[in-house]
Amino acid sequence: MKCSEFLHELTNYLDGVLDEKTKVELENHLSWCHNCYVVCDTTKKTIEIYRDSQLYELPEDLRSRLRSAIMTKCQQQKRRGPQSV
Amino acid sequence: MGAIQNKLGTPVSDELALVQAAKKGDDSAFEELVRRYDRNVFRIAQHITQNREDAEDVVQEAFLKAYGNLAQFQEQSKFYTWLVRIAVNEALMKLRRRKPERTVSLDEDIKTEDDSLPREIADWSPNPEQQYTQSELREILSKTIQGLPPGFRTVFVLRDVEGLSTEETAAALELSVPAVKSRLLRARLQLRERLGKYFQKRESGNGKKPDVTSGDGNQ
Repeated sequence: MKCSEFLHELTNYLDGVLDEKTKVELENHLSWCHNCYVVCDTTKKTIEIYRDSQLYELPEDLRSRLRSAIMTKCQQQKRRGPQSV
Repeated sequence: MGAIQNKLGTPVSDELALVQAAKKGDDSAFEELVRRYDRNVFRIAQHITQNREDAEDVVQEAFLKAYGNLAQFQEQSKFYTWLVRIAVNEALMKLRRRKPERTVSLDEDIKTEDDSLPREIADWSPNPEQQYTQSELREILSKTIQGLPPGFRTVFVLRDVEGLSTEETAAALELSVPAVKSRLLRARLQLRERLGKYFQKRESGNGKKPDVTSGDGNQ
């Protein structure tokens, strides 16, 4: 497997959807190509860092306010009867 | 917050049952759907709009639209995927209003395959996120993802942050599966490269951390 082919398969590899044969070829490539190993490893870390970051969490007080605003508007909409929104 | 009860006293806990109850006019079932997904919609909206007030508006407008159009929801897809589609459209509309000089669409800035080939290979230090405080880290991550075109960051957020499948992401964004995969790869590689500035191994004697507040991750 060449570096360009590794890159082409990287997303499928990280998502765990590669067929066994391609996965073995890719891991074989990673065992000797340090650059691709680093790209693979740091891309994986990138995903994990974002996934675990708790970026843009909705604070509970804002959450309650938004929910009650939503439900109030829904009920107003219901009273007005069917219409396009 | 437990599962809501239907008229027979049986817990209505799964999504489809909640949707069907809401369609019949049970607002507490709809409220439960709001509770279930409001945090996800907020996160997606803020990732796309990069603005807190806009994200709050998107949460309200997306749920209100879902409520008003519930009768049209066919139940062939998951409610959540349908809701995400509404929310993404609302968020993109906000972004267009805020940046009228540019046409914002999911197709913008989609260039050739080669534009995200890794240029920077340097390895990262082990546990790089631990070099920063929580608030510094959030600043870095937020600034870095803001630098991606909306079409890339939307795919990244749905797939990698919210955990939608490739097929669900494609359905929510009305894109093909290959288009989602291609954008996801480029989003991941671009983020990796931009984060490298903060996270890469530093030689001894050059251990100074990059200044979080003056980085150029927002290009």
